[in-house]
Amino acid sequence: MRIVVCIKPTPEGSELAISPETGTLEREKGDLIINPFDLYAVEEAIKIKEKQKEVEITGIAMAPPKGDSALREALALGCDRTILLTDREFAGADTLATSRTLAKAIDKLGFDLVICGMKSTDGDTAQVGPGIAEFLDISHVSWVSSILELGEKMVVKQMLEDCYREVEVGLPCLITVTKEINDPRLPSFKNKLKAKKAEIETWGLENLGLNPQECGLKGSPTRVVKTAHPSYRKEVEFVDEKGFIEELEEWRIL
Amino acid sequence: MVLIVGEERQEKIAPITYDLIGEGKELAEKIEEGVDCAYIGNRKNAGELLHYGLDRVFLLESDEFIEEEGASSLASLIEKIKPTIVLIGATNRGRSLAPRLAVKLETGLTADCTGLEINEKGEFLQIRPAFGGNVMATIVTKTLPKMATVRYKVMDRAHRTDEKSGSIQDVEPVPYNKKKILNLYPIEERGDITEAEIIISGGKGLGKKDGFKLIEEFANVLGGVVGASRKAVDDGWIDYSHQVGLSGRTVKPKLYIACGISGSVQHLAGMQTSEHIVAINENEAAPIFKVADVGILGDLYEIIPRLIDEVEEYRKKMGS
Ligand SMILES: Cc1cc2nc3c(=O)[nH]c(=O)nc-3n(C[C@H](O)[C@H](O)[C@H](O)COP(=O)(O)OP(=O)(O)OC[C@H]3O[C@@H](n4cnc5c(N)ncnc54)[C@H](O)[C@@H]3O)c2cc1C
Ligand SMILES: Nc1ncnc2c1ncn2[C@@H]1O[C@H](COP(=O)(O)O)[C@@H](O)[C@H]1O
Repeated sequence: MRIVVCIKPTPEGSELAISPETGTLEREKGDLIINPFDLYAVEEAIKIKEKQKEVEITGIAMAPPKGDSALREALALGCDRTILLTDREFAGADTLATSRTLAKAIDKLGFDLVICGMKSTDGDTAQVGPGIAEFLDISHVSWVSSILELGEKMVVKQMLEDCYREVEVGLPCLITVTKEINDPRLPSFKNKLKAKKAEIETWGLENLGLNPQECGLKGSPTRVVKTAHPSYRKEVEFVDEKGFIEELEEWRIL
Repeated sequence: MVLIVGEERQEKIAPITYDLIGEGKELAEKIEEGVDCAYIGNRKNAGELLHYGLDRVFLLESDEFIEEEGASSLASLIEKIKPTIVLIGATNRGRSLAPRLAVKLETGLTADCTGLEINEKGEFLQIRPAFGGNVMATIVTKTLPKMATVRYKVMDRAHRTDEKSGSIQDVEPVPYNKKKILNLYPIEERGDITEAEIIISGGKGLGKKDGFKLIEEFANVLGGVVGASRKAVDDGWIDYSHQVGLSGRTVKPKLYIACGISGSVQHLAGMQTSEHIVAINENEAAPIFKVADVGILGDLYEIIPRLIDEVEEYRKKMGS
């Protein structure tokens, strides 16, 4: 089975820089790590490989060249191969252009199962996974909290607000996974060292046969026109239990 | 036209549908157009929607929501009726359906909007939190239709009227045979924290799994439901469906009480827009107090039983 895991290199912590011109994230600044939600996707792929024969895991990321650090992490965790999609023309992509570019690469690789994280901590859209599935013209299940069966077909548990659904879906397909699905492992020191020296394969526009109008900022129908930092700060009032009751009364809760 | 996509959950109209109609009408008025609703679900519910002042209700009759089927059918509908704006709920179902639809239509899609406006130039501004709520981004779309998913409980809801308007028109289903729903396990209603008006959340400060018994008791007394921080969930004290925050659910109750929760940015991302926030914590410097209206300092194991007593006494006094 060929599994492709989509790994988004995201800025570590809360140090984010937004470009004043394009309103997009300046990915040139700060270190990039694996989007924390994608660790669950990588872990799930490794767990499948541990249980089944002949599983090959390819981690792919679309990011600037320094996104290789996230892919090295993925190698250290147990991915067999990684590919970095990087090209100046890919910069500034919204979810439509990102899904298209990733789908093109996944199609070129060949696959049985694509696993994505449930969302990214920076973009925070949860749109790229289902978007890739549509470009590839395959089924998808979002918010998967466990894989119940995996053979010719797959049965998964999908988490919705009001229920869990047990969904049967034919392969090839794409799933996005929630953090309930597993507990991601840490890489061993030895694997980390090995990954550090590994050559990271990179693909650009020509490798994918995409035209520049379809990628990056040019291929993106949405534009960020403004960003602001909201504040939810309030002046807290410390009270005792009597004060608590008074507040609830005032808010018409009691 | 503005097209809103209604949502059905276990044969009931999901309340986000009314948020979407309300917001759809406001936008439609500004661009001097009407509002249509596409509804994926049963005919009876589609009939009910005629009471909300819509121009047309397009019904895709379906027993179980299937993303691929919804996307194909709605794509042909949209190509036919050519709405300017399409609004979908930023719910788990909506966020699974909308990206497929946007790709089919090759148009832009803005996720999880908390504000929508039409500016003087007639542009459609879509406002959304990103980076875990640290940034609010305003987004415009160059292509048509302009699509957005809308966060639950942030828009003004439409109200029901006795009169009916419009009519139901059937949408041709495009069946999809590569996916089957085998089973559906309802999460008990009290567990659905996204619907709750009152949420009492417990965190690491509970110290042990058993602590949630106290939280549950407190929730019962106030008529609320139980939420949790990620640390409480990761320690196996409570089910993931109760988790509030960036990697859990976004909630917006009337009252949110955080007990033994420090208030990390990731937790705040899921609850900071709650109407009223109370925090119980023994550490005065806990960041949760920066978003709380009211704080109670001290050991939650001493405080909560006293609060329960007070509430019960108050109820007795008021005769309810
Ligand atoms: C990618 C990512 C996503 C995340 N997503 C989420 C998310 O969705 N939701 C979430 O909650 N977190 C999330 N986190 C984790 C988050 O960073 C915090 O680790 C977590 O919220 C802390 O949980 P807590 O407040 O319960 O625990 P702590 O931070 O340990 O806080 C415990 C609090 O309890 C107080 N306390 C202790 N004992 C008592 C007592 N007896 N009485 C009163 N007060 C007491 C302490 O003073 C302290 O403030 C995420 C992290 C990452 C990296
Ligand atoms: N640039 C990218 N490179 C690789 N995978 C991505 C990228 N962007 C998004 N993804 C995948 O899509 C998921 C959802 O991301 P998002 O739509 O940004 O919230 C992530 O968890 C990743 O698995």
